[in-house]
Amino acid sequence: MVSVCFYFQVHQPFRMRKYSVFEIGKRHDYFDDAKNIEVLKKVARKCYLPANQVMLELLNKHPEFKISYSLSGVFMEQCERWAPEVIESFKALVKTGRVEILSETYHHSLAYLFSKDEFREQVMLHKKKVKELFNATPQVFRNTELIYNNEIANFVEGMGFKGIIAEGWDPVLGWRSANFVYKPKTTRNLALLMKNYRLSDDIAFRFSNKGWPEWPLTTEKFTQWVNNFNGSGECINLFMDYETFGEHQWEDTGIFDFMRHLPSEILKHPDNNFKTPSELIRESKPKDEIDCHNLISWADLERDLSAWLGNRIQQSAINRLYALEKEVKATDDPEILEDWRKLQTSDHFYYMCTKWFSDGDVHKYFNPYDSPYDSFINFANIMNDLVLRVKSYEDVDKAASLGEVKSVGMGKAL
Amino acid sequence: MFGWEFPPFKSGGLGTACYDLTKGLSRQGVSVTFVMPAAPEGANAEFVKIIGANNLAKNIKVRKISSVLAPYQSFSSYDEHLKQVRLLTGPKSKSNDIYGKNLAEEVQRYAIVAEHIAREEPHDVIHVHDWMTYQAGMNAKRISGKPLVAHIHATEFDRTGGHPNQFISHIEYKGLKAADIVIANSNWTKKNVIEQYKIDPGKIEVVHWGIDADSPHYHLGQKSPFAEEKTVLFLGRITIQKGPDYFIEAADRVLKYLPKTKFVVAGSGDMFERMINRAADLGILSNFVFTGFLSGADVHRAFQMADLYVMPSVSEPFGLVALESLKNGTPILISKQSGVSEVVNHALKTDFWDVDDMANKIVNVLAYPELHAELKENCTREVQKFNLDEPAQKTRAIYEKALSIRR
Repeated sequence: MVSVCFYFQVHQPFRMRKYSVFEIGKRHDYFDDAKNIEVLKKVARKCYLPANQVMLELLNKHPEFKISYSLSGVFMEQCERWAPEVIESFKALVKTGRVEILSETYHHSLAYLFSKDEFREQVMLHKKKVKELFNATPQVFRNTELIYNNEIANFVEGMGFKGIIAEGWDPVLGWRSANFVYKPKTTRNLALLMKNYRLSDDIAFRFSNKGWPEWPLTTEKFTQWVNNFNGSGECINLFMDYETFGEHQWEDTGIFDFMRHLPSEILKHPDNNFKTPSELIRESKPKDEIDCHNLISWADLERDLSAWLGNRIQQSAINRLYALEKEVKATDDPEILEDWRKLQTSDHFYYMCTKWFSDGDVHKYFNPYDSPYDSFINFANIMNDLVLRVKSYEDVDKAASLGEVKSVGMGKAL
Repeated sequence: MFGWEFPPFKSGGLGTACYDLTKGLSRQGVSVTFVMPAAPEGANAEFVKIIGANNLAKNIKVRKISSVLAPYQSFSSYDEHLKQVRLLTGPKSKSNDIYGKNLAEEVQRYAIVAEHIAREEPHDVIHVHDWMTYQAGMNAKRISGKPLVAHIHATEFDRTGGHPNQFISHIEYKGLKAADIVIANSNWTKKNVIEQYKIDPGKIEVVHWGIDADSPHYHLGQKSPFAEEKTVLFLGRITIQKGPDYFIEAADRVLKYLPKTKFVVAGSGDMFERMINRAADLGILSNFVFTGFLSGADVHRAFQMADLYVMPSVSEPFGLVALESLKNGTPILISKQSGVSEVVNHALKTDFWDVDDMANKIVNVLAYPELHAELKENCTREVQKFNLDEPAQKTRAIYEKALSIRR
């Protein structure tokens, strides 16, 4: 018996506007609403709405079909403001009773690594939003970018979750296969679902790659690969960005048709079915324990954190940001708190990544900046303004100069 | 090969480019006879020594003709330049006087000498560098019938900030039209040549410049004399093309945030006075250091003592000097209107006219050591991809293509 478990990640950051050093202390609007609306509407048109339509049709057609989503809080918030029809279409999916919503940090942040308190608060904020919009309570947690280790599993179990999701990375799995339910070595009952990255990436990354020997990927071929695990695996965890449908893989690649026909093809085999993460956890006993000390993610060949924290400017920016936590919370100013949180979204640090830049591969991901350095400069300017706002509460020096701002921000970071 | 300057006697990046190209070509087994207008005697000795030190002298022969041609001169500054050349060459060099005192006449005389050289010197390809040598190249081609490769390092539109001298742009046009192949030093230049002169894009090849992989000059270890203050460098001719006025305006804005910053201006040119006056008017002259024209090791020292090199050129066909800065470990802020911005990723880039953005970036590099360090580490690594062999290989291939077209 092989259960196919789909989880789609849905996220859009609040991108910042171009914010110059000359605006520090003068303007406190940091986000590029026009750009964010434009991107959201574009992706809604190309991906979210048509993909949700396909999923709804599949759910209506196949009572066995099940899927799950993780929607970042900042994504849901933008949809509520600028594309409510997207929220409605997700609601329609959840109403079928066969669509699970997973838990994550509201701000799609790296908070766990810098502040457990903040992490917990963001998870709770997300939970509240999911309850409000979908009347659902997430039971399974996925951390931003699938960042994971034993310690995170322990913490998440402590928060009451039943399961957690991670990359099925070979060095962590060792001789094991990703196609079973596991238990983190250090937790009591928490289940661990690991991504089958080969099959997931066949859809998410390689689907339209004409240089790939398996191109074109048909539902028959893909189903054959799934069937091959019958007898040697219990679940095939297909985890990917939802933007795969229509945005990363354009409609003309046939990605929607692929998805439209995949469930019926998979269900042709009597031993195949679909399960949500919670169902898998409920119905399968952990096959073994997984011991993972080092932090892993689902990114890049390295599966590490270097895309967000790999260089000095990323580390400087994020350290300064979290160093401000106490002062930000002490202000009790909801606007300051929310701005500070929106700056935590992992994308802002991803834009500062320099590791691929020499190859000119900067457009590997939608990046609103010309260079990682521009991204840092913009972030630093906004941080300086935020520090000034926080400082104004401390009533130390309302007309602080840049020099003083720096000494506060950077001194705290060290 | 017809050029007009060769290190150490040069006023801009072109001398360096010709030096590097001939050196690289020599390694590719191409024998180059380099024809140049008069160089001072001392300069020639030094030149031979430089080439000899690298064991390349056997493939490069320098032919001098007496002249005061200087490519970046406007007609008005020509007389001034003539005086300077006489100062450099000494009063005994009467030979300069056999040529006319106006630039148009100089170009003509250079072109006439070119005919003689085309007769005397065996060659397969004629390679000319910029408008001053185009007439010479056309004449040589008429004599020998060999293919003409016109290298364009800067168009008259670049040099004048869009106010071309008709005489010069006409020669430029004729030379580019007459050439069998045009070599542009960037896509930016190629685009300009196509737009301004309607040259057939099919005969334009782009060869980006390289730079010496290593040089003792990169390791002089020059420290900034300003212990406390950060230093921002402008290095280049102080002419409209190089955007010195934008540098001053950006400096004024930077000083509002980082009032101790030092701005070093290395170079000379016809906007020098205007630059000083503007800085004085803004009340920021005391933050400026003017070094005058630098050459040789001093250029590298200037880079090494700077925290950031700014190249705010209005139109920079390539901008070899930016690579020199990187070689010396100094991060760069370059205008997007430059060829070098096409090939360097780890750099700050701005539109030359956007002085607010320029200042924004300068302030941040100076304020955040981690940003400076990240730029420095990555640009130092990235600049290693440049060398002299690649442009020379491409140039050699272009010669072969030119020869095959002519056959």
